[in-house]
Amino acid sequence: MEATKDTAILEKKAKKIRSLIIQMLDKAGSGHPGGSLSATDMITALFFSVMRHDPANPHSLNRDRFHISKGHCCPLLYAVLAECGYFSKDELWKLRKLGCLLQGHPDRRTPGIDVASGSLGQGLSVGLGMSLALKMDKKDYRVYVLMGDGEIQEGNIWEAAMAAAHYKCDNLCGILDYNGYQIDGKTKDVMNLEPISDKWRAFGWHTVLIDGHNMKEIVAAYREAESMKGKPTIIIGKTIKGKGVSFMENVVDFHGRAPTKEETDRALKEIGE
Amino acid sequence: MAEMLYQRDVYGKALVELGKINRDIVVFDADLSGSTRTSLFAKEFPERFFNFGVAEQNMMATSAGMSSCGKTVFVSTFAMFATGRAWDQVRNSVVYNNFDIKIVATHAGVTVGPDGASHQALEDLAIMRVLPNMNVVVPCDGPQTREAVMAAANTRGPFYIRLGRSKFLTIENKGEFKLGKAQVLKDGKDVTIIACGIMVEAALEAADNLGKKGISSRVINMHTIKPIDKDVIIEAAKNTSGIVVCEEHTVIGGLASSVDEIVSENCPAKVLRIGVKNRFGQSGEPSELLKEYNLTAEDIEKSALSIVS
Ligand SMILES: Cc1ncc(C[n+]2csc(CCOP(=O)(O)OP(=O)(O)O)c2C)c(N)n1
Repeated sequence: MEATKDTAILEKKAKKIRSLIIQMLDKAGSGHPGGSLSATDMITALFFSVMRHDPANPHSLNRDRFHISKGHCCPLLYAVLAECGYFSKDELWKLRKLGCLLQGHPDRRTPGIDVASGSLGQGLSVGLGMSLALKMDKKDYRVYVLMGDGEIQEGNIWEAAMAAAHYKCDNLCGILDYNGYQIDGKTKDVMNLEPISDKWRAFGWHTVLIDGHNMKEIVAAYREAESMKGKPTIIIGKTIKGKGVSFMENVVDFHGRAPTKEETDRALKEIGE
Repeated sequence: MAEMLYQRDVYGKALVELGKINRDIVVFDADLSGSTRTSLFAKEFPERFFNFGVAEQNMMATSAGMSSCGKTVFVSTFAMFATGRAWDQVRNSVVYNNFDIKIVATHAGVTVGPDGASHQALEDLAIMRVLPNMNVVVPCDGPQTREAVMAAANTRGPFYIRLGRSKFLTIENKGEFKLGKAQVLKDGKDVTIIACGIMVEAALEAADNLGKKGISSRVINMHTIKPIDKDVIIEAAKNTSGIVVCEEHTVIGGLASSVDEIVSENCPAKVLRIGVKNRFGQSGEPSELLKEYNLTAEDIEKSALSIVS
């Protein structure tokens, strides 16, 4: 895909993606807006400015890989994939319906999805496997894994973190959507993650702490990750859950509930795409 | 003297053979490569072997990512940890994606011996068999282990292959090995004994003893638990007076349940189960444990006699 360097264009794209997420969830009647909206800027930048990929050849062995470990945020991925042209936008309106291409959580039937997810905590391992395979084949492609902050309470994540540093997976880049919330409340109340950067560093990772809604910082972080040799990088993006829709921001209820008709109209007006 | 082999020795050698002919074969282990014998492959192909340390969940999900890039991954550790510790990863990352991943687990069953219950997987067949897409194979001896590993390597999709810890007697004249096709080791008309793994030897011994009492028994090696050979089961249910199923596994959910399901749906017949009955294992020598859990030729013979009498 033609990559854009223009942050204004990326910001506009992110609005478009947010709008698609809201419309998709409205039609589906269920799904997860909060964590989809918080990660929108980082994933939009990744697909439209950073990753080498070809929507016409989703199964090519020669491309960068993206794995959405926090599978419940697939509305974001679906919107991005549709916008890239992996499949028709019509598919978005069938999300979560019987026989649809876009399942409630990621499934390999969807073009652009290599590995399913939904059971949290496994995706960094999946990315590690991709990273090791690419290195073994001496292919210069990169692997990106999106994780949630609640998700990294899973022990499997830290097993993978240890192994990725052990195997010097510098082609692996974790993206942590640090929105501070999980289902039962704030991460700091449910199960505190701090000091977060220290933890990843202690596991042998290069860490980059950014404002996960600032396109300039986001793109720069990906470039920094690319240049880091001998160890994996985690981009810790401080974000706002529900970002872009005022009444969803930092509201736990919108972790996993679709907007009503009236809320959809308000949300779309606010996003103003 | 008949030959006795460690299935895991055969497995390790088979991996090396495969590694030579297929550059896309990769092997994973979790700090048990000496015991599982994946160390043989590691020595030959260090660049295609990955040790994950004591982290089975990571190992399993990593195999999924690796396989998504076109590799065939053999993943090994003890049966307890491969299936129990990492079941969610096996289900959601390996099998749901239908990846070309072969889980070859060793140290299944009570014949693990002195290590005791924590290391004696008795539920693995049950929890692997319930997964869609999954193939489940239990080789009955050394040579069959090689056949099963080769067949798995040549068949796309996920496999669970269950191996033991101790030496297995090589069973002669089994005939051709075909996935999903049981081997009738001995024909008979009065009663049928269906066995898998280490229990095949005991089943043959029981059949011999029954023969001396004038009872003709059929012995079937059901090496593939999934997909199971329905025809051979239905035929036995119809044409002999009952079936004894033998497995070194809980009688809940494994081979016995597989046979029960086919029999009850197609031609109800008496099915008696030789297996571990709602108990955990314990320390002891393998032969002592087989006695303690009623997994001997004598136990099989008794069940068979109760069917024909
Ligand atoms: C293994 C597992 N346990 C529980 C769940 C249910 N679940 C779905 S989302 C979620 C909270 C995730 O929080 P976080 O990773 O912070 O996601 P985000 O806030 O970015 O949406 C939970 C517990 C799950 N999907 N998988």
